[in-house]
Amino acid sequence: MSGSEVVIVGGGVTGLSAGWWLARSGVKVTVLDKFIVGWEASGRNGGGASHYSSPLFDEEQRLWPQMDELLGYPTEHQKGRILIAMTERQWEQYRFIAERHTRLNHPVELLDVKQVQEAVPLAGDNCFGGVHYKFGGHANPQRTVQAYAWALQDLGGKIVQHSPVTGFETAGGKVTAVKTANATYGCDAVVVAAGPQTPQLMAQLGVDVPLAAARAEMIITEPAPMMPLGGVDGHKIYGRQTLRGNLAYGGGPHEWLDVDATGPAARPSTPLARNLAKRVAELLPKAAHLNVIRSWAGVIENSPDGRPIIDRLTSPDNVVVASMSSVGFGLSPASGHAIRDLVIDGACSFTNIDLLKLSRFDGLEKDWREKRGWMPIA
Amino acid sequence: MELNFNGTDICAVNGTRSAPEARYDLVVVGAGPSGIAAAIEGAKAGQSVLLVDENPVSGWLMGNDTPLYFGGRMTAATQNSDRMLEVIFMSMPELETAMEAGVELLLGTTAWGVYRNGPGVQSLPEQVVGLADSTRSWLVGFTKIVLATGARDLAIAFPGWNQPGVMGAAALTMLLTRYDAFAGRRVLILGSHDLALETALLALDKGLDVAGLVEVRDAPQGSAALVDKLAAAGVSIRCGQSIKATKSGLEGVEGATLTDGTEIACDTICVAIGLVPSIELVDAMHGPRTLNANRGGYIPAGEPNVVTVGDCAGLADTGFDHVAYRMDWVRAALKTNAPDTIICQCEEVTLADLIGVQPPHYLDRPAAIQARSLNTLLKDGPANPDQIKRLTRSGMGVCQGRRCRDQVAMLLAIESDKPFGTIPLASHRAPVRPLPLKILAEWEEPAAMDAAWDVWFGIPTQWVPVEDIGTPYEDAHREMLYTGMYK
Repeated sequence: MSGSEVVIVGGGVTGLSAGWWLARSGVKVTVLDKFIVGWEASGRNGGGASHYSSPLFDEEQRLWPQMDELLGYPTEHQKGRILIAMTERQWEQYRFIAERHTRLNHPVELLDVKQVQEAVPLAGDNCFGGVHYKFGGHANPQRTVQAYAWALQDLGGKIVQHSPVTGFETAGGKVTAVKTANATYGCDAVVVAAGPQTPQLMAQLGVDVPLAAARAEMIITEPAPMMPLGGVDGHKIYGRQTLRGNLAYGGGPHEWLDVDATGPAARPSTPLARNLAKRVAELLPKAAHLNVIRSWAGVIENSPDGRPIIDRLTSPDNVVVASMSSVGFGLSPASGHAIRDLVIDGACSFTNIDLLKLSRFDGLEKDWREKRGWMPIA
Repeated sequence: MELNFNGTDICAVNGTRSAPEARYDLVVVGAGPSGIAAAIEGAKAGQSVLLVDENPVSGWLMGNDTPLYFGGRMTAATQNSDRMLEVIFMSMPELETAMEAGVELLLGTTAWGVYRNGPGVQSLPEQVVGLADSTRSWLVGFTKIVLATGARDLAIAFPGWNQPGVMGAAALTMLLTRYDAFAGRRVLILGSHDLALETALLALDKGLDVAGLVEVRDAPQGSAALVDKLAAAGVSIRCGQSIKATKSGLEGVEGATLTDGTEIACDTICVAIGLVPSIELVDAMHGPRTLNANRGGYIPAGEPNVVTVGDCAGLADTGFDHVAYRMDWVRAALKTNAPDTIICQCEEVTLADLIGVQPPHYLDRPAAIQARSLNTLLKDGPANPDQIKRLTRSGMGVCQGRRCRDQVAMLLAIESDKPFGTIPLASHRAPVRPLPLKILAEWEEPAAMDAAWDVWFGIPTQWVPVEDIGTPYEDAHREMLYTGMYK
């Protein structure tokens, strides 16, 4: 496939990683984005990279420590995580998870209250214990997205921003071109990785991709003294200490939305910031005096089972569809590799991704969103 | 594993939020003359009215140039919040009039966010404003809100502008007229339109030395009457000049050197180049706003129930193009500022790193990233301050971009050779004032909030290890982590 042209619809972290992997294989890549790379969920998440529930997990873990070098740009990747239990129930749950990791040969260590305080200087004696993952980690989403984009350009790939895709041209059972308002991009293959806009785009190809979008929120504080390990969460919130020292955390109830073809109408944050602040102050009581300086929201899509969709269609047969179902950032080094394999070889070379096939939703009831309560508030 | 769906997602936000603690027909934010007038008018019309004002702000906030550009030139008296509360109250006799008219007044109370349903959010029970004092935060419902948040100082970088003693005209006016807590003695003023002239006259009136005015353009910009008044007081305006260097010691600024080499001794450099309408609350709530160069920059477009008054609605239009004037100052500064001049004080982003779109110094700068710059980024599309923020960290600090957002936008316009108006406004985010976690926290939240709380979406199948699917561990996983989900 070297020398062929692949158009990627969506300059989020998944599309950009796929583009970078394809460019590394000598493919001519054009990434089309409706606005600026990484502007939606890819640049608004907690930066976690510890997705042990995914078939892409091993590849995720293998790649992250190499990404700065492979891309040539910093991602701020840091290894390891500590989950702190703030209730007896959480402690029971985290020990259960730790046991699962041990059985799956993922290195973990249980920490008592004293050990938690030693490992996490901002923690208090108000916790029940912690679990130290000696794997996984976190990175800076915004810097990583730009790193993929720049690395892709360094390999000759093109990024076209401010260009929402309006449709496709098909012939002979293949997509032959991707259209925007101002241009038509001829192609040998297409990757659709357009986040919440994926269903509308795929519908134009006669393919039903069941996804629902929701808004989630995060807050960030002014810098705190650096902790030995920045990947500290638990207490049903997710987040990290950035390399600058800021504490960035999210979690809590989400709001299901409808999005139109050009994306969410807005991404407002809400007073949920107060509920997040409460939990961060409980998790890290020695940081409770620190100022919150921003909050933000992002819009994220989920599939009916919460697992990603990465699949190459049978018709048109040169289209790969990818939605990471709200776990895209951390898995991006591996998802890009899998997408590259599907585009070039028709099959994933490093793991079995049958679980992520679109066909698992064949026969899905029409009212799957209503049944799950994944509907916008009327 | 069979999942039983019953039409309800118990991890959705629906119905989990708390109701406001109180409701008013009218909430007025900002107890300056316009805010007080709006509050009195509401009370006289029989409305329940709450008037809040963030002053006196804490010494810590002042030290971080919030909400105004205080430049560290406040006296130690500002650390005594009880005393300051009294001083602030006494400085505005109209406050007593408002209270007599039935207005409920809260000083030392910040409005940090306004929330309502609209595009992207339908889950709020009603429209609310988030308030906070030094002990806690809370929500207040309103039928109508009047924002009288005034205007904040425009800062621009020159060598030494990050030293104590470099401050803004609104901050100086605030310290002189409401706090009675200005620590300087001899002030050099940048600018010569009415803001600068009025600030100079106020300083003289308060018994300070005015070391002179510095004007980047070739002639004074303000009204002739004010220029004459200053001349009569013996204060000179040095035109065609800007600051090329500053001298500083332990207490901060000690003097300035102008571009023609003139050295002027002063303990304060007051930047009176411009005021920017304080539209943080409007922008953070996605309220409509427009750019109006004659009224100081971006101003609210106005809505029936979110009304802005006073300088927050835009400076008085005297025909003076504030944006063009500021741009002249920034262009002049670009000629004298060294590449290592700090632009973002909080994050220590230099001019070279901003224009080079370089990462912060705690990160490596491999060859590939050193080859990147604003010029290479512009090939991908027009400059966007929020993207520059992400990459350089300018504007990401504890002052929430108050000191650098305006000049970063101007620098992006100049460097990309585009009109100022083509550069998007860097987003404002709630809380629009820094608020400690323990103050912002809703400590007594509704039980429904905690019941709905999950670390992520609460989808039972999302986190089952792939190895466990179809084994007894799958159900165990669900039982342990997601009991009650979708039941």
